[in-house]
Amino acid sequence: MDLFEYQARDLLASHGVPVLPGGVAETPEQAEAIAREIGQQVVVKAQVKVGGRGKAGGVKLAADADEARARAQDILGLDIKGHITHRVMVAQASDIAEEYYFSYLLDRSNRTFLAMASKEGGMEIEQLAVERPEALARIPVDASVGVDSQKAAEIVDAAGFPAEVRDQVIAIAVQLWDVFSKEDATLVEVNPLAKAPDGTVLALDAKITLDENAGFRHTEHAALEDAAAADPLEARAKEKDLNYVKLEGEVGIIGNGAGLVMSTLDVVAYAGEEFGGVKPANFLDIGGGASAEVMANGLEIILSDPAVKSVFVNVFGGITACDAVANGIVSALSILGDEATKPLVVRLDGNNVEEGRRILAEANHPLVTVVDTMDGAARRAAELAA
Amino acid sequence: MSIFLNENSKVIVQGMTGSEGSKHTQRMLASGTAIVGGVNPRKAGTSVDFDGTSVPVFGGVADAMKETGADVSVIFVPPPFAKAAVIEAVDAGIGLAVVITEGIPVHDSTYFWAHAQGGSTRIIGPNCPGLISPGRSNAGIIPANITKQGKIGLVSKSGTLTYQMMYELRDIGFSTAIGIGGDPVIGTTHIDALQAFQDDPETEAIVMIGEIGGDAEERAADFIKANVTKPVVGYVAGFTAPEGKTMGHAGAIVSGSAGTAQAKQEALEAAGVRVGKTPSETAKLMREIVGA
Repeated sequence: MDLFEYQARDLLASHGVPVLPGGVAETPEQAEAIAREIGQQVVVKAQVKVGGRGKAGGVKLAADADEARARAQDILGLDIKGHITHRVMVAQASDIAEEYYFSYLLDRSNRTFLAMASKEGGMEIEQLAVERPEALARIPVDASVGVDSQKAAEIVDAAGFPAEVRDQVIAIAVQLWDVFSKEDATLVEVNPLAKAPDGTVLALDAKITLDENAGFRHTEHAALEDAAAADPLEARAKEKDLNYVKLEGEVGIIGNGAGLVMSTLDVVAYAGEEFGGVKPANFLDIGGGASAEVMANGLEIILSDPAVKSVFVNVFGGITACDAVANGIVSALSILGDEATKPLVVRLDGNNVEEGRRILAEANHPLVTVVDTMDGAARRAAELAA
Repeated sequence: MSIFLNENSKVIVQGMTGSEGSKHTQRMLASGTAIVGGVNPRKAGTSVDFDGTSVPVFGGVADAMKETGADVSVIFVPPPFAKAAVIEAVDAGIGLAVVITEGIPVHDSTYFWAHAQGGSTRIIGPNCPGLISPGRSNAGIIPANITKQGKIGLVSKSGTLTYQMMYELRDIGFSTAIGIGGDPVIGTTHIDALQAFQDDPETEAIVMIGEIGGDAEERAADFIKANVTKPVVGYVAGFTAPEGKTMGHAGAIVSGSAGTAQAKQEALEAAGVRVGKTPSETAKLMREIVGA
């Protein structure tokens, strides 16, 4: 889960990382009140989870509270690369003497954590990594050891931070590790880490990604989720514990197992090329169990998507045999009754497949077509949606 | 021969008394796996009956190994306790730890991976279906009745695509099929399995199944080019996955331009691997190679 800047800032502050005073506002009035409390020049920043806010007019300075209100009025509702701005962060404006960069992240390729640091912050780090790789220190962090002040000093010295900020950055590096490890983050990136004219080092902007698998030990993280931004079908699927992702196409997809469902989307898209570019409408993995209830919940979500014109149910009977899956489909359709209005193409393979196909044939539901192969079923579903 | 698991493997189950653990212990036993014990500190000294087979419960992995000579542990322990369970298995020095559990925080898997370095334990998973050497032993949740012993080696990130491919090629059979898991950080990689299949005299050809996210397939492609002389066919899932969305598996995500299916397919093809457009086409490519 990616956090908004204001959420990241609050999380950093709660672990002692120095940040500027500020708050989040959903209305111009709230922005004005925060600016009044700060009592000096502020910066009003659009809270969207996408880069390039400044260029899009989403970051503005305001000399006083009245101006903060006006700037918030301008920015709220702004569409930044398809993200509508619902909130602004109002923070004390800071003069910047120097900009640095510091991050911890999961390094998948090397199965370890990585600290990245540079005394040249501010710009996009991907750009710096390409243009001046020597300016970006990359130090692996052993997950079973972590970062203490000695390790932090190693990182800070490798990046060549100026002597006058060295101790401050080391302390911040330890605090940022605290955020990264204790909050179960996969990314904590401070850019810029800034030196104010008085020599104080502060985190001015941050990106944090939290690991949703760790939610069981961070119940407070659930409140950070941006429920309003979720697709309504995705939100409903989540309530029912379904692994669903809304896509742009017309063929609804239900399958078991993440890999098989991803593969099903691809096979439908290939088949759809023949029928004017028909595409999959969603990803939905109902898991190994594939019970009637889960099948009914899944079908209900997919059939309520107005973009869906046909549905492809693609199940490999492994742990749950095909007869149980077929019974699941039949009872799901009877639970849904008149709500089921779109054609279903079903492909079953694996354990007890003959019995599964027999059950579907016997039920003889007018909406259901059984096709024996995955490629053939995908073709039929695409044809029905064309 | 087979890789990582054979008829002499003695298997214990951590989390055997839980619902998933007991269901799959039953299935593993039914498929002929030598299950020699379970681990649960609160039920040490008792035993569990599976259709007439009595399986003793030990207080810890080290005890179980001492008493039974176990060399494989299959782990079904729920996410909050999985890290401790894997560390226990590693510290006991078991040869193979198969972590089935889905939903382990990546800080925990990265920790136990780091902890296992320099030790004697191979970790498979987490978030994987385990591995099967058909006709010999089954450590995990792969259905045992899909196919038989044979000459194809299979390594895959996905469980159901593993089953699908085993089914497509069921008449030819498999030396070992291994699901390495869909998490961002996993123990055994495509490369480890490719190396083992290359060294296994029984394996004549290899199917490698990948999916979006990370760069494991690209690395595997480089490895194949340099080290694998046996024929390899490949399949990659997730061409239609949108950027920035997690597709079921925690590790299955395209970030910016990194981790796309297209890039993985191109890397594999550049290494001389024939890549199928669909699972069936991939199976067909394998049939051409083994002449069946």
